[in-house]
Amino acid sequence: MEFIEIITESIGTLRLNKMRTGLAALGIIIGITSVIALISLGQGSQKSIENQIQSLGSNLLTVNPRGQSTGPVQAAGGSGTSLTLDDAKALASTSQLTTIKSVSPEYSGRAQVMAGRNNTNTQIIGAYPQYADIRKISVQSGSFISQRDVEAIAKVAVIGPQVAVDLFGEGINPVGQNIRVNGQTLRIIGLTVEKGGSGFNNPDNAIYVPLSTAQKQLFGATHLTSIGVEATSPDVMTQAQNEIGYFLLSQHKLKDPADADFSIFSQSDILSTVSQVTSTFTALLSGIAAISLLVGGIGIMNIMLVTVTERTREIGLRKALGAKKGIIVRQFLTEAILLTLIGGFVGMIVGIVISYVLSNIINLPFVIAVTSIVLAIGVSGAIGIIFGWYPAQKAANLQPIEALRYE
Amino acid sequence: MIKASHISKIYQKDSVETVALSDVSFEVKKAEFVAIMGPSGSGKSTLMHILGALDLPTSGTYILDGEKVGNLSDDELADIRNRKIGFIFQAFNLLPRISALENVMLPMSYAQVPKGERLEKAKKLLGQVGLGDRISHTSSQLSGGQQQRVAIARGLSMNPSILLADEPTGNIATAQAEEIMQIFENLNREGHTIIMITHEPEIARHAKRTITIRDGNIVEDSNNQKQKRIKKN
Repeated sequence: MEFIEIITESIGTLRLNKMRTGLAALGIIIGITSVIALISLGQGSQKSIENQIQSLGSNLLTVNPRGQSTGPVQAAGGSGTSLTLDDAKALASTSQLTTIKSVSPEYSGRAQVMAGRNNTNTQIIGAYPQYADIRKISVQSGSFISQRDVEAIAKVAVIGPQVAVDLFGEGINPVGQNIRVNGQTLRIIGLTVEKGGSGFNNPDNAIYVPLSTAQKQLFGATHLTSIGVEATSPDVMTQAQNEIGYFLLSQHKLKDPADADFSIFSQSDILSTVSQVTSTFTALLSGIAAISLLVGGIGIMNIMLVTVTERTREIGLRKALGAKKGIIVRQFLTEAILLTLIGGFVGMIVGIVISYVLSNIINLPFVIAVTSIVLAIGVSGAIGIIFGWYPAQKAANLQPIEALRYE
Repeated sequence: MIKASHISKIYQKDSVETVALSDVSFEVKKAEFVAIMGPSGSGKSTLMHILGALDLPTSGTYILDGEKVGNLSDDELADIRNRKIGFIFQAFNLLPRISALENVMLPMSYAQVPKGERLEKAKKLLGQVGLGDRISHTSSQLSGGQQQRVAIARGLSMNPSILLADEPTGNIATAQAEEIMQIFENLNREGHTIIMITHEPEIARHAKRTITIRDGNIVEDSNNQKQKRIKKN
């Protein structure tokens, strides 16, 4: 019996009882759908994290003040006042450090911002011109903070596109308009390009002002909340981290690194931790989805056993007419594999559609790896073989007289 | 063509032995038309299973067309059934989903006959049993007599050594049964060897020879034409 005949015959049998075929395949459809969708969403968030690393600058180090320790009590990280502009200037001007390219002293705080009748609460970042370079911020209209603005304590601001929409509405160029922050009127001199971040520290939802203006006019502070340092290349990050650490220790006249009143971390450290968490989570969820595949497979086996019992007479007749065991096995196995492959294919399509829709809703890049398609087809075919095997053997081993006698 | 010597079949269930056939011997020559008669429980179905290579005897030897049927694997038995025996069942046993033509082609497909050849042969055989215009009908579209004629065509498809018919008219109206027996007689005249199991004397009369069995023994073996009776024992 030729292969193509067995296939057409199996399709005929499966079509004969569409409801049963559909329900049996449903188990596989649900399993494959969830595996495909979860892998796709997992890879999407991975990809989104990678994009963020790239957009934040892969050779960026951030120095934060560490809360002063008074005895056993330690204030929250970042709340200290130990970092000053002098530290940043020393870092920028020293010739001891060969691994750093540029330094960006920063002061950031939150404030209510008003423009006409509109107002919003957003992050105000006091910055040097280097900030744009290090943090990969560019302006689509006007210009970023200049060194002259910083020296003159100029009342100017560069705003993110999100803030622009909140304050002035969609599609309006805010450059030249005034905003009020903490009692001061600032003139908008630039609008940044949308970066598409989310959550805390969203660069689109921030206002950039000269560092001196932020410290003296808006917040009345003398310290820095962070210093951004760009290393010369991503390969020297660890070295740069150490060098900066020892330099600042001596700058603060501290000997023991355990006493350090600051901490240094690289953006990619955090993000790789996050991405590790994401992939563990994806693997976990896919594992749960795989259990539903197992359940689906058992469903296929159950249906095939019912089919074998129902078709006992047919099997007996086929054997009486000269069908060898191999042919009967092939026939029932083909049916089972066809059933699971249909399920796998439909599940794959549904999974792709679901992950496409979901990744659009939760704003993730849509990723479908070839491996997950190969996986879907391969796994569903394998389920057909594994769970179709026993029923097919059972059919092949029926004795023709027993089978013919069966009513 | 057929040589059965000292065939016994004993079924063992739990510790109870049931003797279905005890020491049965007979021969069937080429181009004979034999009816095997007997009441239910006489062992005629068991005999048919053994003659059809569907079952093996407990003891004794069975030689079909020069081949000894015994101690063979399931697949070897399947091969013998495929090549040497044309089955005709009481319940026709056509596959319901496929057409008459495909049903006739089925044994040939198990023997790996090329598709073109299969198609040609099946059409020719259906023409011979008078169903040339119904080759694409499924069994639900055919009457009992027509279904049995498809089954006869299927039985002939591999040019078997014997046609083995088990109550071939049991499920068919009398008028059509007569037609079926006519076909059998014609086939026999063309040289086919036919063994038919029946409990109806009317039907058995169409055969040239009648073997009667009762309680697992052959009690009578008579030649219908000459009305000559050879009493056993």
